[in-house]
Amino acid sequence: MDGDLLGGDSFDGDVWAGVRDVSPLLLGIVPFGLVAGIAAVNAGLGLAEAVGMSVIVFAGASQLAAIDLIGSNAPLAVVVGTAVVINVRMVMYSASIAPHFADYGRRLRAGLAYVLTDQAYALSVAEFERNPERSRWRYYLGAAATLWVVWQIATVVGVVVGASVPDAWGLTFAVPLVFLALLVPAMKDRPTTAAAVAGGIIAVVAAGLPLNLGLLTGAVSGIVVGLLTEVFGE
Amino acid sequence: MTGGSPLPIGGSLEVWLAIVLIGIATYGFRLSFIHLFGRIDEVPTRIKRPLRYVPPAVLAALVFPDLVTIRPSVAATLVDERLIAGVVAGAVAWRTENVMATITSGMITLWLFRFVVFA
Repeated sequence: MDGDLLGGDSFDGDVWAGVRDVSPLLLGIVPFGLVAGIAAVNAGLGLAEAVGMSVIVFAGASQLAAIDLIGSNAPLAVVVGTAVVINVRMVMYSASIAPHFADYGRRLRAGLAYVLTDQAYALSVAEFERNPERSRWRYYLGAAATLWVVWQIATVVGVVVGASVPDAWGLTFAVPLVFLALLVPAMKDRPTTAAAVAGGIIAVVAAGLPLNLGLLTGAVSGIVVGLLTEVFGE
Repeated sequence: MTGGSPLPIGGSLEVWLAIVLIGIATYGFRLSFIHLFGRIDEVPTRIKRPLRYVPPAVLAALVFPDLVTIRPSVAATLVDERLIAGVVAGAVAWRTENVMATITSGMITLWLFRFVVFA
């Protein structure tokens, strides 16, 4: 990395390095955000609710799942419960990145936590290992804030586009396709693959459960099967 | 739930309530160890282990029901434009690990079967 050439400790250098490194990932974020906006319109949400969700929740997979459930009249508790299960992985990122932020004040850490995402986490932890000279919070914020801004813009554009495309095109089918693009690399080994196969099949079989509990049932079963495969698989 | 409302889960207020509750929980997850660090040194294995299986299990549970619906016969279950498009997109995702390519290939396959092959 050419971070030192860009001025190492300087504010611009570190922030800019984060912005620069996150840029290639935006190609994956833009369609994801567009789909979130489109799906929100199709589920009957307005612009304020779609953008409100993107600002308050700011976690794509859970937003799409919540929108999907809202669109199919699921009860409030199921909408919230499902999104919570999807986002519990953030605990893992929080734990992993926490040592890097341990020196910072409480307020700064509270702000940094708000923009924690899969992408900002993965990029930053890799960079902190590679380049210890880097100002960690500036680099992280360069990447994370860029993701935030692009996510909000993509949501708004999605809402506008979603309102003007006929239903027959089935644009909401892009939702499972986005998840599929994230699912395939998440199946890294035998236990994670077992978790996915079990979670998916059980969710299909449980699709008819009352209260739209199919997704939650599938997800929890998949986690259990993954753990069992790890314990008894070898 | 109020029936007949134009907004699904009982109206806009409930949608906002869902957004705020999800937002609070998600921020809590994000802040958890960033806030706690200093008081605990190591993440307990009991927490770490199941978390590894959250992404694959959740994502699969999100994807599969949108691709397959169980119908009375095997043929009726399998001959479905969504499933065919999903298999094509899954192969593209596996080969390219590219979100845009996955969406594009899946949508084109869906449209091909919906508007041409099964039309």
